[in-house]
Amino acid sequence: MSIDTIVFLILAAASIISAILVITRRSPIISVVYLVFNFIILAIIYLTLHAQFIAVIQVIVYAGAIMVLFLFVVMLLNFAKEEMLTEKVTYKKRIAIGLAVVMSVQIIIGISTSFGEHPNQLSPVATQIGTVEHIGKVLFTQYLLPFEITSILLLAAIIGAVVLAKKRIG
Amino acid sequence: MIPLNYYLALSAILFSIGVVGVLARRNAIIVFMSIELMLNSVNLTLVAFSAYLGNATGQIFVFFVLTVAAAEAAVGLAIIIALFRNKMTVNIDEINIMKW
Repeated sequence: MSIDTIVFLILAAASIISAILVITRRSPIISVVYLVFNFIILAIIYLTLHAQFIAVIQVIVYAGAIMVLFLFVVMLLNFAKEEMLTEKVTYKKRIAIGLAVVMSVQIIIGISTSFGEHPNQLSPVATQIGTVEHIGKVLFTQYLLPFEITSILLLAAIIGAVVLAKKRIG
Repeated sequence: MIPLNYYLALSAILFSIGVVGVLARRNAIIVFMSIELMLNSVNLTLVAFSAYLGNATGQIFVFFVLTVAAAEAAVGLAIIIALFRNKMTVNIDEINIMKW
């Protein structure tokens, strides 16, 4: 087993364990912290795929900005009573877990039955396409229009968030 | 060299964990975090395909997914704050006024 595979398996195990901890912890704060950990592990996996730019914005935007927003909201909402956080194990949850297991088995069967069709090693140009230079070149030439439309989406999100969260006057 | 299927399998497992979170948890904030988990697992698929096929389009797509995730988190958390202000709960079983 090569060193690449060992590193990948360790990272994969860490990301799966932290993802499970995100959805099983009772307190949202602990979940947020594990989710940040999961995002940082994913950024390292992106680095092993030579996607430097994506790895950096994963840490800055996801682990930095989005998760701080989550943490901020969790702190803002005052869960006064402990029982507001406890959840009962109902038959619905068992069905949900069963359905998710069936779905994951289906996806993995789908992946493994198409075994021969996927490339088995990184593309020789993989080290070049992940750089800021190359991503920037593609983003500002071929994908310029989608990039500009993104600004409308962000504007809509800003206005939406302000309208939704502001206090009603009068 | 790691086969592409390893990355796809990891992504499938992370996505399924996110699905369990959305279906089984009742705390709206944790449901939201599970959605972020699912978005991230799809990003992993896109980056893996991009690196293995030698095409930057997958990574550009991740950039857009990230933008959508940021917008979704901002609006969604605003909705949660508005709900908490009106109903004093984030349990999605108790938020059923539109259930008709």
